[in-house]
Amino acid sequence: MTALLASPARRPGRRAGPAGRVDWWAFAMIAPAFIGLAALYLWPFLSTFFKSFMDIPAFGPGEFNGVKNYTNLVGDDAFWRAFRNSALYTALVLIGIPIAIALAALIQQISRGRGIYRVLFFLPVVTLPVAVGMVWRFILNGDFGLFNWVLSLLGLPGQYWVADDRFTIFAFAVVGIWMGLGINLIILGAGLQGIPEELYEASSLDGAGRIRQFFSITLPLLTPTIFFVTVITVISALQMFDLVFIMLGSINNTALAGSKTIVYLFYEAGFVQFRQGYAAAIAVVLLVVIMIVTAIQFRLQKKWVVYD
Amino acid sequence: MTSLSLRTVAASSRHRARRRGEWRVHAILIVAALLMIVPFVWQILTSFKTNLEVSSLPPTLSPADPTVVGYETFFVSVPFWAQFTVSAVSLIMRVIGQVIISALAGYAFARLRFPGRNILFALFLLMLMVPSQLFMLGQFELMKGLGLLNTLPALAIPGVFSAFGVFLMRQAFMTMPKEYEEAARLDGAGTLRTFWSVMLPMARPMIAALAVLTSLYAWNDLLWPLIVTPAGNARPLTVGLAAMQGQFGTDYPALMAGALICTAPLVIVFLVLQRQFFEGIASSGLKG
Repeated sequence: MTALLASPARRPGRRAGPAGRVDWWAFAMIAPAFIGLAALYLWPFLSTFFKSFMDIPAFGPGEFNGVKNYTNLVGDDAFWRAFRNSALYTALVLIGIPIAIALAALIQQISRGRGIYRVLFFLPVVTLPVAVGMVWRFILNGDFGLFNWVLSLLGLPGQYWVADDRFTIFAFAVVGIWMGLGINLIILGAGLQGIPEELYEASSLDGAGRIRQFFSITLPLLTPTIFFVTVITVISALQMFDLVFIMLGSINNTALAGSKTIVYLFYEAGFVQFRQGYAAAIAVVLLVVIMIVTAIQFRLQKKWVVYD
Repeated sequence: MTSLSLRTVAASSRHRARRRGEWRVHAILIVAALLMIVPFVWQILTSFKTNLEVSSLPPTLSPADPTVVGYETFFVSVPFWAQFTVSAVSLIMRVIGQVIISALAGYAFARLRFPGRNILFALFLLMLMVPSQLFMLGQFELMKGLGLLNTLPALAIPGVFSAFGVFLMRQAFMTMPKEYEEAARLDGAGTLRTFWSVMLPMARPMIAALAVLTSLYAWNDLLWPLIVTPAGNARPLTVGLAAMQGQFGTDYPALMAGALICTAPLVIVFLVLQRQFFEGIASSGLKG
């Protein structure tokens, strides 16, 4: 998905190899990839669809039960709670995009030290998400966490960020933004590199200041990249699992029940409770949700993305 | 000529204008960068504190009485080297397997003519768009059927095959000039020879990017290892660290020490191969 979106930026060469001649070596070269694709992706994909219409006990063969898994899902409060949590998390994580745009534009402005900033902002990306979750669980601790202490210095009341399900999703979002900033920064930085310098020179001659240049040149020309970053951010946010598992799940935190995301529910149904049919239905619903949200974004892009 | 010199003047004056205001930009960036690294600094400081000091109010900044008890607890309670080996070996298996398989298929899709090419490639693209959870039930079943649960191959095998890798390598081969290939053919080199000794070396930058992205993903992956190592054997560091947290949920110095040690290998690789990381991300936008 992601690379597909990026493809317009690069110009592929001519499509065919030596004209006219079929090269049978091609099949040998594709065979390993295709066998893997068929066995580990195509077949599991189809079997997930079948399973979503089946009742599968932990042991023994399953049996067809129509749309029962889906009707159960619709009637399950836990599912709607997870759906709401994932939606809220995704919406909140989008706040990271304007932050990344501002930082990318600032980094573009400076003449020295770009590399150092990039490295510093990228560090969370190469940190184990498990470690990230552990560190932030500690920082956001309600009793002696660093974050509440900083809030108290500012005269603000602290909260049990990772122990009260009214706040957990917000806590995940802070961590999610922190973790994703480095990636967005690099992609947006590459987009900024692609804006021709002449445009700035011309507008400088017209007397445009840097702020005006940002809004009249940088931002419009960056919209294709911003669109791309938004799409991949939404897709990955809708699949968030790690933070729930690390910050609440693996330690049996009582706030877990109200803080599960769609993928957490999938993991629990499929691999803890072994309700495979139900888990399959959750996965299919996730696919449909991602497809709808992405399609809507592609629809809306016509209204704000500038293509030249 | 005139327009050229005008442009140079404009460019240099713009450059000077930039320089003058630059300290303000640096000020903002430094504050932002500090905010970004606070969690790391706090993690390092905490790892040298005692468990008592960690829960004191107000929090102490630097350890009052620096100790390595946290690190000792971590190494005693987590089989670090065994799990490190699992993480590293499965990462290497995934990277090597994926690069070879993706490069072969990517080259065929980009440069060779054969019946069914478009349909086959469309299948790969289709799988690229599906979230990974849709494959997990079936992949788990397959690993279980092959008796591979709780083994290294179960961790590595699904990651060896990647529609994304095939796509990336196809893009790389498509952008290459055809002349080299045609010259090799004229010299009598066959398909495999042309691929191996002419085209593959030219694809090195993209291979590096793919290898780096695969490493990042393999090292950080949690959900799949969690699923295929139910018995606790052949666990990678991610699962081991999570399990340690379940056991020592409130021993923060030990947890911070463990998180630090498990993160360090990839951070070191990143610091050495920065350019490949950035190029990989910029060329593909892979997330998580």
